[in-house]
Amino acid sequence: MAVLIKILLSFIKIGAFSFGGGYAVLAVIQKEIVNVNHWLSNKDFIDVVAISQVTPGPIAINSATYVGYTIKGILGSTLATLGVVLPSFVIILIIARYFTRFSDKPAVKWMFKGIRPASIGLIAAAAVSVAEGSFIDVYSWLIFLLAFILTYKDFDPILLTIISGILGIIFYYQPLHALFRL
Amino acid sequence: MTKRLIQMFLVFFKIGAFTLGGGYAMVPLMKKEIAGKRKWLSDEEFVDILAVAQSAPGPIAINTSVYVGYKMGGFIGSIVATLGSTLPSFITILLIAMFFTTIKDQPLIEAIFKGIRPAVAAMIGASVITLLKSAKIKSGALTVTFLAAVAIIVFNLHPILVIILAALGGISAMAISGGEERGSTD
Repeated sequence: MAVLIKILLSFIKIGAFSFGGGYAVLAVIQKEIVNVNHWLSNKDFIDVVAISQVTPGPIAINSATYVGYTIKGILGSTLATLGVVLPSFVIILIIARYFTRFSDKPAVKWMFKGIRPASIGLIAAAAVSVAEGSFIDVYSWLIFLLAFILTYKDFDPILLTIISGILGIIFYYQPLHALFRL
Repeated sequence: MTKRLIQMFLVFFKIGAFTLGGGYAMVPLMKKEIAGKRKWLSDEEFVDILAVAQSAPGPIAINTSVYVGYKMGGFIGSIVATLGSTLPSFITILLIAMFFTTIKDQPLIEAIFKGIRPAVAAMIGASVITLLKSAKIKSGALTVTFLAAVAIIVFNLHPILVIILAALGGISAMAISGGEERGSTD
């Protein structure tokens, strides 16, 4: 029971402070799930991000559903997903009812002058911590460089994820190596 | 009304099911389905909603669903729309989680993810560069980006604290400048 409430609260926190799109939320999710609550290892967290790249839906929802399930089954995943949606739900309904021109308010504009550049910093931090769990040898650097250049050139992220998975099999799948040594 | 709600649910379900790669990918499809094809809202209304969805916390796709749902069917409408756009990813990820937790230690799966992990780092890293370029960030804002990154990476600060500090920083900048909107600092 206590863990269910903890899941709900943690994901409410994540939902309430996700600004600046999917990647910026990663820093918050990772802090809560990996560092504070130790629900997933950093490696497992990166795998959830990878799965999110090739499945529909926002990354915050995807990781909520996944993490919730790994901690406490279907009930856990339902609560985590509910938690991450709840702040959006409440805040948007309040804005829709009472502040129709919310985003034109000077205080909101100035707040975002602070948040917008900071959220890019959050993305940079997410990139660093994902990299920490990802570089195991020279092949991972090769994949990193290739993926970095291709992403910069606007290459499709889904295709890129598939290609790097195939490269993973070529570089790391031992039975394949054994086959070619025959 | 019930028919309209069912229709809404199906449209949002479709939007949730067919947009790969996160929230921003959902927006063009939403616009097409809601403002374009069905004329449930005007283009201007949709743009206004989008502005709010971007400046409120939470995934943009969810925010937009809540708002559009509310505009079209009140409180019930917002629940129906949000449920519709969330369910596809919920079901997909739940199935993957059930399956993946049983196979993730297999050598083949482990090899695939060893390949994908550095690519994920690269995709996130490259988006930092793209964002910095597209936002045409001035040196003052660049300092904020740098400080935020250092605060988290080096000093291990909670990202939520960093967001709060950045928001407070923005608001105190408004107080210092006398509340005047200066377009050049964007």
